[in-house]
Order: sequence, then C-alpha cells, then structure tokens
Amino acid sequence: MFLLCASGESVKVFSTATEECLHALQGHTDLITGVLLRPSNHLQAYSCSLDGTVRLWDFTDGILIRTYSIGYPIYGIYASAKHEGVIFIITPMHTDTNSELFQLVAVHLPQCGEQLVEAKELSAVLSNISSNPAASAFGREGQYIVSAKPLQLEVYFFKKHKSYSFFLKKDNQKGGKNTFTCITCHPTEDCIASGHEDGKIRLWRNFNHRKEYTYSTLHWHHSAVSSLRFTPEGTNLLSGGVESVLVQWRYNQESQRDFLPRLGGAITHISVSPDGALFCTSHSDNKITIIQSCVKVSAVIQGLVKGDRIRTDLMIEPRSKALVLNGKPGHLQFYSLQRDKLLYNLDIVQQEYIHESGLEQFEVVMAAFDASGSWLATVEERKQKAPELELNLKLWAFDDQKQSFVLNTTISAPHEGRITALCFPHVSDGQTTMLVSTSRDGHFKAWQLAAPAHTEDEGPSWSCDFLGAYHSLVPECCCFSADSSLLAVGFQEVVTVWTPASWELLTTLSQPPGAVRDLCFGRLSCSKYLLGATTSRLLCCWNLLTCSLEWVTSMDVSLLLADPLSENMAAFCFEAGSTDLFVFKPGEPRPLFSHKALCSGRVTHAVFVPREVMLESCDEASQWLNCSHLYFLTQSMDLLTFITKAEEDKLTASSKQLVVSDDVAMTPFHLLLGKHRDQLENPQAESRLSVEPIRQPSSSAGINELLQMPAHVLPSASFLCSMFVQSLLISVNKPSEQNKEKEEEMESEKEEEDSDGEMESRISRPEHMPSGESGCAAPALTKEEVRELRRLKKLDHSWMKGLLD
Amino acid sequence: MGEFVVHRVRFFDYMPSAIRAMAFNGSTQRLAVARGDGAVEIFNFADNYFQEKVIPGRSDRAIEALCWVRGRLFSAGLSGEIIEYDLEKLRPRYSVEAYGGPIWTISSNSQETLLGVGCEDGTVKMFEILEERIQFQRNLDRQKGRIISLSWHPSGAQIAAGMIDMIRIFDAETGKSTLKRSSQNRTAPKTHVVVWSVAFLSNDTVISGDSAGKVQIWDAVTGTLIRNHLITKWDVLGLAVSQDESSVIAGTSEGTVVQFQALASTMGQENNQWVRTRTFKNHTHDVRALVHTDTAVVSGGMDTQLVVRPLLDKVEKNTQESALRKILFPHKSLVCCARKAGLLLFQFPDHLELWRLGESRQAGDRLPVMKNPEKLIQLQNKGEDHICCSAVSPCGSWVAFSTVSSVRLYKLQLSNGNISIKKMLLRAFSAFLSFPGSSQPIHLLSASENGNWLAAANTDGQIHVFNLHKLKVSSYLFLHCTLPVYSSCPTAIAIHPTTGHLLSAHADQQIFEFSLKLKEYTAWSRSLQREGLHPLWLQRDTPITHIAFNRNKPAHVFLHDAFMFCIIDQSLPLPQARKKLYNQMDLKTISPQKRMQESHAFKICKMFQHLLSIHLLDDSSLVVVERPLADIVSQLPPPVRQKKFAT
Repeated sequence: MFLLCASGESVKVFSTATEECLHALQGHTDLITGVLLRPSNHLQAYSCSLDGTVRLWDFTDGILIRTYSIGYPIYGIYASAKHEGVIFIITPMHTDTNSELFQLVAVHLPQCGEQLVEAKELSAVLSNISSNPAASAFGREGQYIVSAKPLQLEVYFFKKHKSYSFFLKKDNQKGGKNTFTCITCHPTEDCIASGHEDGKIRLWRNFNHRKEYTYSTLHWHHSAVSSLRFTPEGTNLLSGGVESVLVQWRYNQESQRDFLPRLGGAITHISVSPDGALFCTSHSDNKITIIQSCVKVSAVIQGLVKGDRIRTDLMIEPRSKALVLNGKPGHLQFYSLQRDKLLYNLDIVQQEYIHESGLEQFEVVMAAFDASGSWLATVEERKQKAPELELNLKLWAFDDQKQSFVLNTTISAPHEGRITALCFPHVSDGQTTMLVSTSRDGHFKAWQLAAPAHTEDEGPSWSCDFLGAYHSLVPECCCFSADSSLLAVGFQEVVTVWTPASWELLTTLSQPPGAVRDLCFGRLSCSKYLLGATTSRLLCCWNLLTCSLEWVTSMDVSLLLADPLSENMAAFCFEAGSTDLFVFKPGEPRPLFSHKALCSGRVTHAVFVPREVMLESCDEASQWLNCSHLYFLTQSMDLLTFITKAEEDKLTASSKQLVVSDDVAMTPFHLLLGKHRDQLENPQAESRLSVEPIRQPSSSAGINELLQMPAHVLPSASFLCSMFVQSLLISVNKPSEQNKEKEEEMESEKEEEDSDGEMESRISRPEHMPSGESGCAAPALTKEEVRELRRLKKLDHSWMKGLLD
Repeated sequence: MGEFVVHRVRFFDYMPSAIRAMAFNGSTQRLAVARGDGAVEIFNFADNYFQEKVIPGRSDRAIEALCWVRGRLFSAGLSGEIIEYDLEKLRPRYSVEAYGGPIWTISSNSQETLLGVGCEDGTVKMFEILEERIQFQRNLDRQKGRIISLSWHPSGAQIAAGMIDMIRIFDAETGKSTLKRSSQNRTAPKTHVVVWSVAFLSNDTVISGDSAGKVQIWDAVTGTLIRNHLITKWDVLGLAVSQDESSVIAGTSEGTVVQFQALASTMGQENNQWVRTRTFKNHTHDVRALVHTDTAVVSGGMDTQLVVRPLLDKVEKNTQESALRKILFPHKSLVCCARKAGLLLFQFPDHLELWRLGESRQAGDRLPVMKNPEKLIQLQNKGEDHICCSAVSPCGSWVAFSTVSSVRLYKLQLSNGNISIKKMLLRAFSAFLSFPGSSQPIHLLSASENGNWLAAANTDGQIHVFNLHKLKVSSYLFLHCTLPVYSSCPTAIAIHPTTGHLLSAHADQQIFEFSLKLKEYTAWSRSLQREGLHPLWLQRDTPITHIAFNRNKPAHVFLHDAFMFCIIDQSLPLPQARKKLYNQMDLKTISPQKRMQESHAFKICKMFQHLLSIHLLDDSSLVVVERPLADIVSQLPPPVRQKKFAT
C-alpha cells in the first residue's frame, strides 16, 4: 500500500507498512495543490500545482508519465471514473494572480503519446467558487459536482446541465457560524456532507429540488470541521478538526459514533484507502497518522514538528547530535538531521494541552544544553496578563539508563521578569555545575548545582549562587567565553565582563548608542575577540586583551552565532526585507562567504551542526562548511541548510533522478552543475528508470533496484537472468558502448512484450521517439556524439579539481 | 400621546396549563388542544391561528387523547369515558363509559366509521360512530398490559397498538391479533419499554416511538425491524405523520421535535428510506402532543406553549406563514378592571381574585409604592366546573362569573376596610340573544358606558348591536343593527363612550370603526381600509384582546396585544407603508416642527412585554398587567437533565 502526500514541490510516496518515504515524485516547480488517483488506473496518480501543470505519475516506481500544461495556476483537481479523459481543476477566473475569484474548469486531456502535452480544451463548469480544494467534491458516480462557497452550496448535475444553489443564513440566533469549510459526497447514495465553521456537519439530501431539499445536522466538534470523508462503502463518515479527534459517524445511525482521540495537532485532512481498510489523517504539526479502520493508530509519519511558533533557539543535543527545538505544545522535539526523522518529544510542561484557540497555556520559551549534554535547562512561561507572568525554570539531567532527560530541579518564579537569555559555560571536561540566566527584572543569576543539604537519598539539585546587576539596567544577553573563564553580559548599551570564579566585574565595554542585542565570543585562535550586535545596526568587535574596540561595521544583525569547531562566525543581517548571510573570522576583515537575499523576512533561529567527518574541501567558498553544517529557520518555518558542491553531487548521484539522457547536450560542466533542469526539460530521463539497474552492472545497487522493481514493469525473466548474472560479475573497465547496445536491444524487446499492457507501453514509448523529443529540448546530437558524451560522463573528473585548485 | 401614571401589575399569578393532547382537522383547519386542567381549546389555523373557542375544563377530567371525526370532536381520558363536545354550546354533549379502566388513546379509522380506544385493561374497544352518538361495537382480543397508543391502517383493515414492551397488530374485522413485535430494550432487558406512540402507514410500515428514546421503523407484514433511530436519551412521547406520509415528526422529553423524511437514497429511484433530517428545539420540557399539518409542525407540551413551526420547504419564504409562532396566552382577557373603583378582577380556573391597586403620591420616572396592592376577596367556585368568564362592574360593587352550567352574581360592599359580599339571585332572563342564521357561540360582549348599547360578536364573525335602553321598557332585546360580516373573527370590540362608534379588531389585525348612529363605517375606518394598514402592524402574531377609550381625549383609542400597546390618535394621518411604524424613539430626538410631520396615528409602546391586559382608569392612570415568562417557567417542574457542552 502506498500513501501519496503532496509536500511542497514534490509528492512523497510513503509505504503504509513501514512508514518509509519510498520516493519523492519531483518535477513540479511550484507548490503542489492536489494529488489524485487516476480513476481508470489505480497505479497512476495525477498531481496539480500552482505552476500550471498537471502531471501523471506512476507512483509505485516514481515515474513521470506525462505532463499536461494548462497555463493557469491550479488550486485543486478532481476526477471521476464516469468522466473518462476529463479532469476538473480549480483555476483563477482572471489571469491576474491577485484575483479572488475561482472557477471549476473541465479539462479534456488529449490522448497522445507525447511527454509534454498542452491541454487546450477547457470548459468552465462552475464559476465563482472557493479555492479551497476541500470545498468541492464529486457526487455519486460522478453524476454531479458540489461546491461550497462561504454560505452557499452549489450542486451541478452533468446530465441535466443544471445547477441548484442552497443558501444558509450568515449566523443563526445562537451565534453559530454557518460558513462551509469542507464537503464530501456519499459514494453510493445521494447525500452531501458539509462541514461548518461552528463544528456542525450537515447531511444534505433531496438536493435535486429547489425547495424541498432537506438536511440533518450532526454536532460534535466544538470548532470548525476541517475535513470530512466517507468510507468507500459509504457506511461511515469521518470528520476531524482542531480537537485532533477523528470522529466516525455511522451513516444513517448518526447517534452512534466512535472517537479516536489525542492524535496530535489539529487534523487538516482525512483520506481513506480505496479498500477502506486504512484511514489517514494529516495534522497541522507536520504529521501523518495511519489508522486501521478507526480502531488503532498503525503508523505515524512525523516530520519536523511544526508548532505555532518557535520560541527556543535551535540547539544541538551534544550526545545524539539531534536538533532540538519547540515541538508539540509544551514539548521539546529531538530531531535527527541525518535521518530526517523525529527521535522523540520531551514533555517539558507536563500538563495536558487543551486544543482550543485563544487559551493561554504554558509554553517552552527557552532551552539550553551544557557542553557535554548531561544537563538541559528549560524555561516555560504562561502569560495571562503582563503582571501575572508565570515562569518556571527546569533543569533536566541526562539519565544514562533511560537514555533520556529526567527532571532534576524545578525553580518556580526564578526571576521577577521574563528571562532573556540562558547560558551554560563551555566546560568540555568534567561536570557542568553552573547556569546563568538574565532577566527583564534587571538581574542576572548564576545557578549552582549544590549537594543535598539535608538527606542523603536526594540527589544534587540546583540553587541560586549569585545575583548580579549593573546600574539597574536590563540585561539582554549573556555569553561565556570559549574556556568559560569569562562571562559577558550585555546590559543595554554596556557589555560587562565578569569572571565566574569570583563573580568580579572585570571590565565594561560600551559602544553607544544602541543596546547590545547579541553577544558572542570568538573561538580557538580568535578567542580574544568578543563580538556584539547592537540595535543601532552595528556589529562591534572588541579585543579583550586590550579592552578596546577592534573594528566596527554597520549591519543590522538579527542573529550572530559562532561555529563551535572553528573560528568562523555567522551573522544573519536583515536588509531591505530579506536576510543576508555573512560568514567571517573575527580576526580577518574580509568575510569568508556571503550570500545576499538568502530568504525573505528575518532569520532568528540558526545553528551550526558539527559534522561527523571533517570535510576537506578545497573550494574556497565552501571552506567554512568543512567543520559544521549551518541550519537556519526562515520565517515561514522552513528549515534550510547549506551544502557544498561535492555533497550536492553526491546527493544527486545517489538519487536516481540524474540519469542524463541521450539527447541533451552534455558537457563535463553539465554533469557537475546540471541538476533540476534535466528533469524539467526532459521528463523522459525518469522514464528510463526502469532499465537503469542493468546499465550499472558493477553496482550492488543495481541488484537491489532490480529486486525492488515491481514485476509488471520488468522485462521477462529470461532477459533479466543474463543481466543479473552480469551484474554479479566484477567488470570495472567494461566499455560503456557495449552496455549501451545491450540496453537498446533489451528495450526494444521489452516493448514488444509489453505492448498489451497499457501503462508499460506508455512508459517505454517515449524512448522510441527521441527525434521528436530532442527537437524541442536540445539540439539534436548524433548517436555517436551521445555515446562519446556518455563515455565522458563515466570518466573521472578529479583532474578538474586539480585545475581549479 | 401624553404621559400616564402606570400601575405595573405583576401580581396576577396566571399559570397556563400543560398541553396534553392535540388533534387537527385538515378540512376545517381547526386544531383542538387539550390541556391538563381538562379544558379544550379550538384554534382556527385559517384565521391567523386565532383561539376561537374554549371549552372550560373540569377538575376531575383528565384528557389523554383527542380525535376529530367529520367536524365532531371526541376526547378520552383517564376517567374512562369518551366525551363528545358540543362545539356550539362549548360543553360536553355526552359521555360514554368504556368500561375498560382509564383510556390512554383514541383513534378513528380513515373512513370515519369506527372509533378505537385503548384501555388500561388491555382491550381495544371499537365504537361505531352514529349520527348523534357513538355505540359500543366490539372488543378486540384482550392483551396483557395496557394499550398506550393506537393507529389505524389507512385502509381501515388493521390497527396497530403500542403496549408495554411490544407492538401488536390487530385485524379490525376479526379482532384477532395478527402480529406481535417485541420492542424490548436489548441493552437493559430488565427495564420496560413503553411504546408511547405508533403510526401505521399505507405501505404497511409501522413507526413507533418508545420510552427508550428510539424511533423504530417496522415492516408490518413480516414484523421485521427495518431501521432504528436513537434520537434521545429519554422518551419519545409522540409521533405525527404528514398527510402524504413522506414525513414523520417525533417529540421527545428533551423538548426537541425530530423530523424524519422518506427520501430516495439515489435520485430517480423509488427506494425510499426514512432518514432523520431536522431537529426543532422550541420547548424546554416534554413535547406531549404533535400535529403535522401540510405546512407546519405544531407541538405542545409541559411548558404550556403551543408552537407552530413552519416547514420552510413547504411555504413561501418571508411570508406570514413562514414565521415561527408561539402561542403563550389565551386570546381573551382574563383580567377585568373596575375603572372607577380601581379594582382588578383576576380569573383563575377555579376561583376569582379581586385586588385593590396600590398607590403612590410622588412624581417622577419611577414611583415608589406608598400603599401596597391588596387582595380583597378570593371567590372560590363551588363545584367541579371551571370558570369560563367573569366581570366586575366599573363601580366595583358587582362581580359576576359563569361556569358551563350557571351564572353567579355577587354584590360587594367596601366601606373603610370592611368588605361584605352577598350572593344575588339572578332572575331568569327571558330575553335571549340569538343571531339569525348562525348557531356559533358568542365570544365577545361589550356594553357602552352609558348602558344604552350592547355589542355581541360570535365566532362566525357576526357583530350585532342591541339596544339595552328598550330592555328596561320591554323585557326583550331589541336588535339595533348588524355590522357587515368580515371574514376574520373579531378579537375585541368596544363602543366609544362619547361618539357612539363601535370599534372592532379582528384576528387578521384589521380594525374597523362603525357608527351606530349612521349604521355605516365611519370616514376614518374607510380611509384606513383605503390606505391599508402598515405591513409591520399586519405582521404581529398576537391578536388585540382589549380596546379602551380615553374620555378626556375622544380621538384616542387604546389597544394592546401580548407584546405592545398602542394608542391610535384618529386625528393624525395614518402611517405610510414605507415609513417607520415604531418611531417613538426617533420622534424624541428630532425638532418639534419635524416631529409633527413625522408623527402618525399609531403610537406604539413596547415597554411592557407579555401583557395580559391594559386598562385606563378614570383618573387617567394606566393599569398594565404583565406576566413575565420567567415567572411561568419558574413554576414549571424542572426539565429533564441534559448534559450541555462546556458546563
């Protein structure tokens, strides 16, 4: 069983059994708005995107079969078995993109074998509809299509070419909001289920009468119903909303309902497998739950948990190298960057979260790890009104037996004001016994791990050791130096430097005007430098040996951080609506790397993640990435990172996508640089995937893929046998020409064999018309040239590195 | 409009009685409502839901069911008798003992030849309906346990009976029980399930509502359960089927009415299924009685309100018919005022109360009560019959009331705190009020202040004026004139003390003024008819129950219904349809010159709500008798407990 999920610009195919992402269907260039199984062939799926194309995929193998170019942004896609060769899409009514009006358009898909087809036969069905794909649905056997506007339900009957509209009042007397949120139709009976803003579900019947239509109301949800789905037999209706409870209503016995509660974040979509055995809910916190017929959760596919907002910094847990940040409400999530998988959630608040908007609940606002990863400090707060701020500082010790953090000390109301910064010293050896917190109340406190005072059976706990202040100014940030011998605390315009050993104020540094927003000590050879970003758009660098200002540069730094393994520092600067990144060494005036207009909006969270294996990149521009990765969160909560060219190549090589096809002009540079362009211009490349294992005979990956390949796309076993045996042979220097010929041969045979199967023939057909394809994609090359290029590709390009160096 | 000293009276403890049963006669559009005190009310749905007749109850009469047969009304109750009512004399015509213990249900077949009653002793008794009376015909097979509900098959060949834990179907010819369906509660077999209501449809489907909160649909031929709808945690008390059998409504103890409709599950096919569709929640307590008319759902129950909920798919939108109506108060005045003496007479079913109004001397917006109102007399009626009407003379020295069987007159003497009451013997009147050409009962009487004229109106809409002056001379009533008959029933009539005009208000909210001297409609009345009344005035849903005049300002007429009182200034122009009707607040804000232009004849005050009566005393102070709904609700038994979300 496969589960298709539109995710950004690709469709991910998951296995429902193993929760694993099998492959991503890539090709769209803008946000994908809909995925739909092809009614006439359940092994194929349509996807639509804002880039104005509809693509047909073989999702079991991840092959793009055809691209239909529509030319308008598409917001939703519908199809029905009754309407052969027609799909229905939602497009804006006017070509300008700001238009708020949308229409439902029927598209006749041209029946031709080409890869890229322009669908020109468009006819509008319903106009002025909602762009929400959940607000339209096909009725029983595709006889009618239903669409909901905010307060109107429109049913269009295809046979009679007639549409009926039913209106609801804006608000009923009891204050309920009647706005439609989603729609679904019963598969075998004439019944439309609609979800509403106030949590009601209405079941509409008799809607082929203008007046004698009728509906019954079901009400369990307390706020808007976000998704509704009938099971394939129509015996049950599933609904979900912000309560994160999946409700199963027995059709025609609606007083009987089953609940599956505590699924996580708010339910955004529900889908049911075609055989009705599995339900699937997607949640607002970036999670997919697979449910076995509303009884039990069988699998959870969890990405990086997406909360309402990230309040903590991005952190790296030193032991597991997991990325740590806010996860579920009241939790910290531990996320493995290597495996792109959520490891676990740590419950910080330890209170039941109530799924209701507008409720003030405890939030984790700050967290810090010590250098060895044995202590975690967290701050949670609940703000009802400004004077009634509730604060808790919790310290967690790592328990080796449980392999998890265990609550050690809870300090309620550690400060009178909001805590602005939390900092452990960087002691690499031995136990960390100190934590510094700064607060709006004008103090900074040092917390010390103290031995138990009274009884022996209690372990050590944390208590306040020192309370520091400076001229009743508000401390905004604090930072320990690399060897932890110094603590810098920024009190508005003044940076104070303390020695933690005796809590003496050593010196003050100041560069008015503008309060210090961020402080950072240099590392390794640059540890004599202290960098501070101020609100007056200055980045200052002080030399601590001379206690003088080394250099100042004018930039609006929103985030400053140091790579723990090198001297490098990264500064994210906010400039004209977008963020620029500068990587520099404090001692050198010239930045190592700069990237203008990284993303729009401010970057406020970023982290250096140490590499497991040091890179020895010789590329000057990517040298700064040798020790660590840099991950950062954009304002739209996308986690981005930088990779070097070499890594990129490795990535693309390992993915099957970059199989360079015959007819694209190919140079060594193309092999190095080309990436996405191939897939866009030449979807045919992917269609080759089926025969790829044979072409890489020496690799064991070839065998793997051969074994993983679905049987129906494979050539017959007699052909495979020889290939298989060949692939087991060690043949390093086999000429590629020979391979090529073999492959061609095999393909043609396969074509003959599969001529009866519709899908297979469609996949392999493009390979037999390279001339037509090349005409539009690239200048035609002779077969000889192509082979030459292919040979070139196989060559080692390491000599180029030498040249570049 | 002027300013008045207002006595805001809230000490009338009027308590309507719960609705127990209802029956609707589609051909005459009359709804009969039986209340807990044994009274039967007849509402005319063709005439703005006007309550045209009230048959007063008896303290020993408990009606459980009502049944119309060709314009004849039968009731049966726990007393074990079947009563037919005389709808002209407004009293029981005769009663027949069924000899089966208390009767729970009564139902006539669609041919209207037989009346079936379900008795406590487990028998269904058949009565033949004869021209003048009913005649016992036979018993059907006696069952164990009481018969709670009955329903005839439209063909009249079979009858379904709801009992405790089961439904039985009898053959009406042989009287044999043909089918027995156990509707026992499977989840809790120990508890008994009472089948409160059954409905037998022409396609051999039986629908039952029971005390387990289920509406079940059965196949009457095979006796199989087709569908089971659990609609409440409590009881389903009543069922009603529409005429075309496409819709069924069920009333529950929670106060909800649930509609089921027979709908084709796929379009264009005949496989109708009973699907739960709408839920109406207009009651706070048990819905005991239900009627499904062609266009509306009529429900009544413990909370004493009669609710007419139109089915919006059957009526035109935004019309008089499409509005929800709640009938709370009787459409006649239960309060009588001695305007000279400042006394109020309140009528209760079994007694009268005479109160003296309180006093206040100060001036201002809110007057403190210096002297509390005082209950002078409570006149208890002897016998079981309930009081049907009562009156006090303007001077306050005479009090009269009547029951179905007798009229009583008392003379009151109030002197310095001493109250003496003396029952007067009534000389039998030989003078007889009879309207030529109509046998309908007279429901309104109004005498002129000088005692010269007596106006009487009957439910046929006829209004006659008699000359009382001549009564003193000869001993018979002299008919002075007859007003043209208007199609809608009059709800209040009054004769102007100075001009001698007769003002009549009708159930469709029309107002007429008739000059008794000239025996024709006055010019004002003609102009009112010509220009028409304001649409908002016509949209009000309670009838005008009292008309009064101001002696000092002859052009002023006082009217009131349950939600407003109005002074019509006949000297001012009538309101235009496009202008605001309720403009009192606006008028206060604009300049005096404009005020004159903007003002119109209808001065409406909505300050007082749930009005039972408004009277004008001789000292030009108003007496306003209110009965806030909260006071009525507080006297009701507590409703069934329901879990409410977020409580």
